Parts: sequence; C-alpha cells; structure tokens
Amino acid sequence: MSLDLLTYLFIGGSFVLYIAIAIWARAGSTKEFYVAGGGVPPIANGMATAADWMSAASFISLAGLISFIGRDGSAYLMGWTGGYVLLALLLAPYLRKFGKFTVPDFVGDRYYSSTARTIAVVCTIVISFTYVAGQMRGVGIVFSRYLHVDINTGVILGMAIVFFYAVLGGMKGITYTQVAQYCVLILAFTVPAFFLSAQITGHILPQTGLGATLESGQSVLATLDQLSMDLGFAQYTEGKKSTIDMFFLTVALMCGTAGLPHVIVRFFTVPRVKDARTSAGYALIFIALLYTAVPGVAGFGRVNLIQTINGPDNAGTEYAEMPQWFKNWENAGLLGWNDRNGDGKVQYAAGKAFEGKGKPAYEGENRGEHGERLASNAVSGAEFDASKQPFANEVYVDRDIMVLANPEIAQLPNWVIALVAAGAVAAALSTAAGLLLVISTAISHDLMKKTINPNITDKQELMYARLAAIVAICIAGYFGINPPGFVAQVVALAFGLACASVFPAIVMGIFSKRMNTQGAISGMLVGLISTMAYMYYFAFAGGTPDQYFMGISPGGFGTVGMILHFIVAYAVSSMTPEPPQEIQDIVEDLRIPRGAGAAHAH
Amino acid sequence: MSISNEQAQAYWRENLRIIMGYLAIWFVVSYGCGVLFVEQLNEIQFFGFPLGFWFGQQGSIFVFVGIIWAYVASMNKLDEKYDVHE
Repeated sequence: MSLDLLTYLFIGGSFVLYIAIAIWARAGSTKEFYVAGGGVPPIANGMATAADWMSAASFISLAGLISFIGRDGSAYLMGWTGGYVLLALLLAPYLRKFGKFTVPDFVGDRYYSSTARTIAVVCTIVISFTYVAGQMRGVGIVFSRYLHVDINTGVILGMAIVFFYAVLGGMKGITYTQVAQYCVLILAFTVPAFFLSAQITGHILPQTGLGATLESGQSVLATLDQLSMDLGFAQYTEGKKSTIDMFFLTVALMCGTAGLPHVIVRFFTVPRVKDARTSAGYALIFIALLYTAVPGVAGFGRVNLIQTINGPDNAGTEYAEMPQWFKNWENAGLLGWNDRNGDGKVQYAAGKAFEGKGKPAYEGENRGEHGERLASNAVSGAEFDASKQPFANEVYVDRDIMVLANPEIAQLPNWVIALVAAGAVAAALSTAAGLLLVISTAISHDLMKKTINPNITDKQELMYARLAAIVAICIAGYFGINPPGFVAQVVALAFGLACASVFPAIVMGIFSKRMNTQGAISGMLVGLISTMAYMYYFAFAGGTPDQYFMGISPGGFGTVGMILHFIVAYAVSSMTPEPPQEIQDIVEDLRIPRGAGAAHAH
Repeated sequence: MSISNEQAQAYWRENLRIIMGYLAIWFVVSYGCGVLFVEQLNEIQFFGFPLGFWFGQQGSIFVFVGIIWAYVASMNKLDEKYDVHE
C-alpha cells in the first residue's frame, strides 16, 4: 500500500477511535468536567498523565534537539523526568488530599486571598497558552508533510478534533482519550526505535544499543564523536554549556515540570491520596519508556543523517542521487541545500549554509540547476576552516524533522512511517486537550465562579467552561496558523514561570504552616517579574550572552527567580502576622492522607 | 481526624525524613552524576557509555522511577503504622 493511503488510514483510524471514546465518556457535571469525577484508576491516570505530558515537543523535537546538541541535552532528559520525583514526593499526595479542582483553587484557599488566586490564574493561563501554540505547530508540520494539505488546513482539522472531545467530554473525555493516545504514541515512538537500533547495532533496545559496538569495532558513541570532530562539530559526548548553566537549566526544567498546572491537575482525578502517589509512579514509567529511548534515537539518527548525506567516502552525495526523503522535507521547507562549491554534491559539516538563523528563506518555487529549491539568504562563497573540516557546510536540517524523517532515512517500511505520523498527531492533540481544559477551568471556575460571580449554578459554570474551551481552541488555532517567531523563548518562559511562581508557592503552602498571604503574594510577584524581565531583556531588548547573570542563560533563570521567591516570601511572612487558625488547620489536615474522599465531596 | 495531635506530628516528622532521604538520592544521580561530576565519571566506561553521559541521559531516569516506587512503598507502610491509611 502506498504511504499516503497508509497515513490516511492510521491518522483517520486514530481519530475515529478518539471520537468514539469521547462520545462514550461525556461529562454531565462540573466535577466530571474538571476532574473526571475523581474516580480514575491510578494506572489509567498514569497513562493519561504521560500522554498529557509528552507533547509534540517530546515526541517530535526532543530527539532532534539531542541529536544536534549531544550531551547538553541531558538537561532536558533529566529535567522533564526528574520533575515527577518532585511531583510525587512534594505535591501530588497533598494536593489530592486538599481535594479541589485547580491550582488557583489551592493558592487562593491556602493563602486566603483572591489576589493570590488571581496571580495564580494569570500564571496558569500564560503558561498553558504558550504551550498550546507549540502543539498546534506540531500538528501543522505533520499534516503538511504527510497529508499534503497546507499547514492551515491541518491546524483547523486538529482544532476540530480537539474541540469535539475536549468541549464535550471535559476531563473525563480527555482522560480516556489520552489513554488511547498514549498507546498510539508510545508504539509510534518505540517501534521505529527498535528497528533503527536493530539495524545499526544489532540490539533491539535502543537503551542498550547506544552503548553497542559497531562492525567497525568502535562503539556508537565513539563513532559519533569521531564523525562530529571530523566535520568540525563539537564532540557528541562533550558538553558545551558551563556547569553552572547546566545546573540551573536542569533545576528550572524540573521544578517547572512539577509546577505546570496541566500536569498537577491530573492528580486531582484519582480516588485516594495513595492513588496519587501510585499514579505518579505509573506516569513516570510510561514517560521513561519514551525518554530512555530518546538518546538512542537521537544518536542513531545523527549517524544515519551524516552517513547518508556525506556518503560512504565522506565526500558528499550528488543531489540527483539523494533519497526521496531529502526532497520531501526540502519541499516542506524544513531542509535546504546551497551548493556553495558548485560541485553538485550535497555536503554536510559545521557552519551555516544560509544567512541569519541558518534556515533557508524560500521564494516560491524557484529551482536551481540541479532541481534544488533556491533560497534568498544562501551564503555565497565556500570558505571553511580546513584545519577543522573537509568542506564547507551546504545543508540546513531543521531539528524538528529528525524523529519524523528517521524511519525514512533508515528506509523502514511504509506502515512504520505512517505510524510515526499518527503518533506525532496523538502526542500533540493529547497535550493540547489537557492544556485547553486547564485554560477553560481557570476561566469558568477560578474567575467566573470564585472571583466574579459566586452565585452561578453548576450548569451555568459548565456552560462557561465549554464556552471558554471554544474560545481557547480558536486562540490556539490562531497561534498554530500564525506561529509567533519566538517559540523557543516562549517555551522557556512557560517553564521559567512555573518554576519561579507556581512551584514554590505550592511547596510552601504545604510544608510551611507559617507562610501567609503577604509572603506568598510578594514571593510570587518577585519570582514572576524577575524571571519575565530577565527573559524579556535577552529575547527582545538586545541583551547578549556575555551579560548573563553568573553565566546563566534565560532558560535557567527560573531557578534564580525561584530562589528569590523563597527568600522574599520567608522574609515578608516573618514580618507579618501568622495565618489564621483555620488555615493552619487546613495545612494540618492535608498532611494526613485519611479522609480524602470526604474532603472531596464539599 | 482520627489520630491525636502528637501522633500527627510524629507522622509528619517521619514523612519528612523519608522525603529527604529520597531527595538526596534524586540529587546525587541527577545533579551529582549528570552535571557536577560528569567529566570525572566520563573517564569510566560503562557498557559502551562514558558513565557521566549515561547518568545524564538514561541512568538518572531509571533511578527516578525506582525512587517514586520506593517512596510509594515507604509511605504505604508509614500510613499503616500510624493508622492514617484509606
């Protein structure tokens, strides 16, 4: 069967499945809409959490990122998994015992202040929207490459599907759809990873395959180091970031992960405190299945990419002889070739082949003499440092295509490629749905019901939730069609904000009885403002890396914001009166597991 | 609440001790082995991986999974001991 037909079948089939589940699991009350009625079994919740968590970024971008940055990618691997240890040990059980619907619920009630609640609502909405934009772009990439529709049609199709099951099913619909989506995405990631690993190393498991020895007698990693060095890249197993920057970035990603509202809210859906702990354990197992395969996929992909482009004699490959995937991705605008030395061969090494950010700016369908697309920003001349590399770089490879292109580069069967496409869509849609739910809950529950008009009925609140979900989907779709040019900074902002504002506020709310309104509000504001200001300065106000505070890049500054948050909150709270007795009683109560069911019912 | 105040305090203190113990392991495998001492550990080969690189990209994740499940077991035991389980 042709690839196109298979792709339509796989993606179409998975959509039918998601919609069927959504109809089966419709939500009838706000409790079902917000937290699936609080009755999700821990193993199902673990899968749903994993699908919620593993976004288009984890599925599509992470392996590609590591493929290109090598060891420094550890920060992301550790950050995005180690956060679950913090969640399980410091947050999930207590928040489940507290037994409300949202993060602003906790912040508002624990700090007995609608100002604190409002700050938490703002953080929740900003974090979730920045995240959603990335998901919609992921859906767009997949649709435009595999279904040959333009990105806009792809995004609208994705919006329609999410609309259907998020608005109709609420948390209940989303949870059970996410269970199905997890199964699709994990198969889609691991099956090609097994193939790749077996093909290159003879090991089925990419986890051990990355350490294997190749026919040449060299290990995979040593081969990668060698290839990278020969072409003028930094060695794969060497770090380029400073130790302090790696440290702060990893902390920011871990605490940011633990502070993301759409992840936290998943732990409100299980029946008991005990189940909150267990489901964090299941979630991390399900996440680790993908994350531990990522370094293998990244490494094999890199070897394959370099060897395919530069050929067995390491001198480049004639453009006419390049495999079809190269031309497909060139047509999708995510690959580029600029024949700088005019030899008609494609050569890949360190350096830029296109001016500016290195990405080709294509002008319509202008083609060069070999049939390649012509970009307006092609670098002219073929100068290179002959002591470091054998030729000038002529290629642009978008990091985001590595996972999607891998099966094609490795010449895997068509059904594997179609499966990968369906998996990428599942990853993007499951995360988008979870985020949209958090946004709509923040608006209907935290703003409408708790702040503006407490007298609305359950039914009205549910209507507002659905309305808010519709509006949020439209805004997310807008971002998908017109992606902001600063997606990377925006994602760093989401983690930075979660790390500097949400995470410390919740931790202190549980572990310090003494923390009061004044401390919490001033802490959150300091964390929020310092992190945003730092990121703004370096992203938009012309800051340069040599001005970094202690060498910490903006992505890691959330950690500094968090430290400031703790210090300021502690100082302010010790100068102001302690919280009222009933709040201290609430803190006492959430520390004891028994009675979570009862706490939930009010 | 079914347990006395002193009992609740004792439960909380033991809970904190358990958390601190696991967080210490969490810190050592990730920040210790994966970031701070990665260069030194990379001198050691481990199944074809430089050890520091392995901890940063895989080892720490395996240990994280182990930590959560060990914590689940410890807490279930503690909850029974103080009779606060559900």
